[in-house]
Amino acid sequence: MDLHLMQAIATGEERAAVDEVLGPPASGWHGGDRTIELEGHVGYAGRAAREQRHMLLPALQALQGRVGWISDGGMNYVCQRLSVPPAEAYGVASFYAMFSHEPRPKTVVHICDDIACRVNGAEPLIERLERALGPGRSGGLVRSPCLGMCERAPAALLQSAGHEASDVSIGEVTVEMLHPFLHGGGWIESPSGGSLGSQPREGLRLLRRVGVVDPRSFGGYRAHGGYDALREAIELGPEGVIREVKDSKLLGRGGAAFPTGVKWEAVAKQPVRPHYFVCNADESEPGTFKDRVVMEEDPFALVEALTIAGFATGSERGYLYVRGEYPRATEMLSNAIDQARSRGFLGRDVMGGGFSFDIELRRGAGAYIAGEETAMFNSIEGKRPEPRNKPPFPVTHGLFGKPTGINNVETLINVLEVLRMGGPAYAATGTPDSTGTRLFCLSGCVERPGLYEVECGTPLRDLLELSGGVRGGRQVQAILLGGAAGGFITPDRLDLPLSFEGARAAGVTLGSGVVMVFDDSVDLVDIVLRIAAFFRDESCGQCVPCRVGTVRQEEALRRLVDGDEKGSRDRDLVLLDEIAQVMRDASICGLGQTAASAVQSAVKQLHVLDRGGRS
Amino acid sequence: MVGLATVFGAGGGTSSYEEIENTDLIVLWGSNARETHPIFFHHVLKGIRNGAKLYVVDPRRTTSAEWADVWLGIDVGSDIALSNTMAREIIRAGLHDPAFIRIGTSGFDDYAASVEPWTLEEGERATGVPAEVIGEFAHAYARADRAEICWTLGITEHHNAVDNVLALINLGLLCGHVGRYGSGLNPLRGQNNVQGGGDMGAIPNKLPGFQDIQTMPEARAKFERVWGCTIPPKYGWHLSLMFEAMERGDLTALYVIGENPATSEADANRAKHLLEGLDCLIVQDILLTQTAEMADVVLPAAAAWAESEGTVTNSERRVQRVRKALEPPGQARDDIWIIGEMARHLGRDWGALTPRAAWDELRSLSPMHHGMTYERLEAMNGIQWPCFDEDDPGSTFLHARLWEEDPQRRGAAAPFSVVPFEPPVDELSEEFPIRLTTGRRLDSFNTGVQSGLYSSPLRRKEAVCVSPEDAERAGVGEDERVLVSSRRGKIEAPVHVDRTLRPGLAFMTLHFPDDVDTNALTIDAWDPKSGTAEFKASAIRIDRIEQPAAAAGGGGGE
Repeated sequence: MDLHLMQAIATGEERAAVDEVLGPPASGWHGGDRTIELEGHVGYAGRAAREQRHMLLPALQALQGRVGWISDGGMNYVCQRLSVPPAEAYGVASFYAMFSHEPRPKTVVHICDDIACRVNGAEPLIERLERALGPGRSGGLVRSPCLGMCERAPAALLQSAGHEASDVSIGEVTVEMLHPFLHGGGWIESPSGGSLGSQPREGLRLLRRVGVVDPRSFGGYRAHGGYDALREAIELGPEGVIREVKDSKLLGRGGAAFPTGVKWEAVAKQPVRPHYFVCNADESEPGTFKDRVVMEEDPFALVEALTIAGFATGSERGYLYVRGEYPRATEMLSNAIDQARSRGFLGRDVMGGGFSFDIELRRGAGAYIAGEETAMFNSIEGKRPEPRNKPPFPVTHGLFGKPTGINNVETLINVLEVLRMGGPAYAATGTPDSTGTRLFCLSGCVERPGLYEVECGTPLRDLLELSGGVRGGRQVQAILLGGAAGGFITPDRLDLPLSFEGARAAGVTLGSGVVMVFDDSVDLVDIVLRIAAFFRDESCGQCVPCRVGTVRQEEALRRLVDGDEKGSRDRDLVLLDEIAQVMRDASICGLGQTAASAVQSAVKQLHVLDRGGRS
Repeated sequence: MVGLATVFGAGGGTSSYEEIENTDLIVLWGSNARETHPIFFHHVLKGIRNGAKLYVVDPRRTTSAEWADVWLGIDVGSDIALSNTMAREIIRAGLHDPAFIRIGTSGFDDYAASVEPWTLEEGERATGVPAEVIGEFAHAYARADRAEICWTLGITEHHNAVDNVLALINLGLLCGHVGRYGSGLNPLRGQNNVQGGGDMGAIPNKLPGFQDIQTMPEARAKFERVWGCTIPPKYGWHLSLMFEAMERGDLTALYVIGENPATSEADANRAKHLLEGLDCLIVQDILLTQTAEMADVVLPAAAAWAESEGTVTNSERRVQRVRKALEPPGQARDDIWIIGEMARHLGRDWGALTPRAAWDELRSLSPMHHGMTYERLEAMNGIQWPCFDEDDPGSTFLHARLWEEDPQRRGAAAPFSVVPFEPPVDELSEEFPIRLTTGRRLDSFNTGVQSGLYSSPLRRKEAVCVSPEDAERAGVGEDERVLVSSRRGKIEAPVHVDRTLRPGLAFMTLHFPDDVDTNALTIDAWDPKSGTAEFKASAIRIDRIEQPAAAAGGGGGE
């Protein structure tokens, strides 16, 4: 591609960082040194160069990781290496919140100010940190949406750029813990133990290895039933696996509740090759941390489950797209993939079963919308993670335009249970329409926040009781189900059965399994405003209803809260409803379609705006 | 056009744009279509998107070459060497198409013998391109199911232009890459109606519809009947011959329509001198060109686009209607009106000429246009010639006849041509060690008569582009003014250091003759068969201008 590059030149460090990901440049025509004897009469580019576009995000991450920001020179070099126009690369780079386009301190604290952390003292913490840092180091402190550590709120992600680029996420953060990090080195690991809730271990199926098996140990995983399911799958053959999954009536846990077996079968039947399978591990819904815990504590299970999915759908390549804010999950998965590969459980002739499958681990870089499946394909392809129009659906036109299966982490690890128990036996658990167990992320004002696993259909009340109820003996004011894209319910609805059909009948959604409890001391108006701000910030801006609607929703809310209505209070309330309807009806993807649901439920069910403004 | 007409009997690109989008391999040979044929390049881009491989043959690593899977950076003027080397490799590897060669072509044995000395190593020596790259290119072209070769002035602005074209045609014949959907040989035209000009007989050896003036007496007689005059049964002069005739004093009056030879000709100083010596120079143009400024009479013309009615024919032989949307300004008149008035004043009253009447007359005289009524042109969004009658849908691609089993329908075989390799006339020497090649940029057109009216954010002032190595050797940096000399002239120009050039290769455009008169350097050695001058290969030297301290640092202003 003919590139109109910028004038800026990459530093040696920047080039080295990019070369580490992409390998050395092939010639001077692609950013290497000019060796005119070799390239004065020949140059290779074309498809070979353009087909590397999917390495754009990893290359940008290499720059960010090494020098702490993405300079014009560094970007120029990446563009030259990958044959991507700078304007397009900038469009991609500027989409992601974890990239900085201005010089920034090498060590940066991303501190979560999202809803679960707000009710656990995030704002006072940030204030104290700002005071401790002083104005000179303000670039080193960045507010972040939910970091997925809600069970140990408030949470922070510590990034240090350099040769040994390393990110660490910590929970139950205090100023004292961060003090050494902000002044040049180290931090104090937070004292708290695991992320599991306090339920009895006998109840655990999906989580039975969590906290028991060393997540780094391939042997440990095998000793606890690891790779039994893949062996079973190879014996059943692809059609057999799909039959079991269909018999199990397993529904997708990502939010849409699509039958997993049906999806797999559709991909497997596509005549177009190759097929791909993607694991959506870009868990970003505020309040959600279930996938993180699974990936951190039982990474081999996900690798095995993804391998089975690849086998069943005839895919030879799987992509595991893990959230950029999950350094420990990334590390554990990377280790698990490497070990599986070196032992013949990935690569050619997997497990001697005569099929090939390998997994490429991709990291996100801070974009909620990248969790939407088609946006994720674009992200992997090195484009802006904007959702695509559907149809065509991923089963026919997915990653790189090829037939693609995509499931989230929880769905995939359920397949191990399906194969362990057999499809019909699995279908006998839970409720008839919601089979199996589900993972719930309890956070907010509960006694023992953490990850809980209960059979589908369990009443919400029982789940709350497992977690010890509201902390400090206070009263429940409201419960947020399904995260920012879900909705609030009032405390008189604790008999709600936690199943797809139960939720549907009650007009709520379980979404990604968020159960966030707010006691009577919480300022719900503040929570609702944060949710509105979240959607305004995360809207990709591609379609008008969402781009404009999320902004207008936040503005109208703020006016209503501040008593600064345009015209009249009623008019702004009507406006809020109309914005909600337009976003719901006319947005391209789920983000816009649900951007008003929590706000609407807070206004309609909790009457948060009827309380005469903020105290 | 001459090359294609010689081999196939018709001088037009053999494929349609649509086929470029659906072929498997595209060769841009001596063409920077990305910048000089940007609309055509959109079709190339669609082809690439549909999976076609792109090979670019060009001395410079142009913006087109940046899109290429493989760029072959040949030395200027070594195209025949490359073609002959490829041919030998294809034959040696058994990748040619003997079945097509047998029925559709003639002269293969002589041709095969002529390319025999062109080993890959010999090819590397002559072109500079590594032997294995030539070999790979040859195999890729021969093995492709469909392949298109497209060329432009990098092939034709040489002293042996026609031989260059014949060398490319040879490759198409060798591999059967002609006369099939998605396989063809295509010269790209620089303007919307260059093809149409030739089709209408604005070339010195053909009547409209490529009917030869000398060899087709019955066609000539047909025209004489309708036109009521006698047509001299011999070829006329092409542009280069006209200048020679001016030099001899045989040509003393010149009527120039829509050309600017005062600056667009190679060795422009000589061209200006000869134009000045004419008894009568008439210029008909939409703008007051440098040539018009020298003219005795200037006839302001309406723009062919938007200000007049008629037809144009594009590179894929598609005849299209153009319509008048605006009245021309001032005293400007339609070309057809001016020509009619000229005739009337010369004693021939053609009556009220209309574009449609002229077109219908053409249809009655040119069989390949016969089926193209105005109504059909409108209804079908243009028709590609040949189109022999009103049921004929036109021709997506040419020369399918060559594949016919029936010799009657197959017609004349397409002959291979033995083409010897001759390096450029203007030899490199110690005194003139740098090869200057010329070309165009995206946002300017030829001498700037049309494009100079508009501003462009991309436009850069004229400069001599040299490789970083040559700039260093000459001790000059970006924007520094240098003296550029050839055996014909000297000019001053600022330097642009250009990484797409290798040492010993320089590049200039001819877009800004008022600032930098590039054609004062170029050689007017021209091809006797086509009359095209060798703009693409001059030998130059570059010298730093020692400037007084006060004047230094100013760089080159526009």
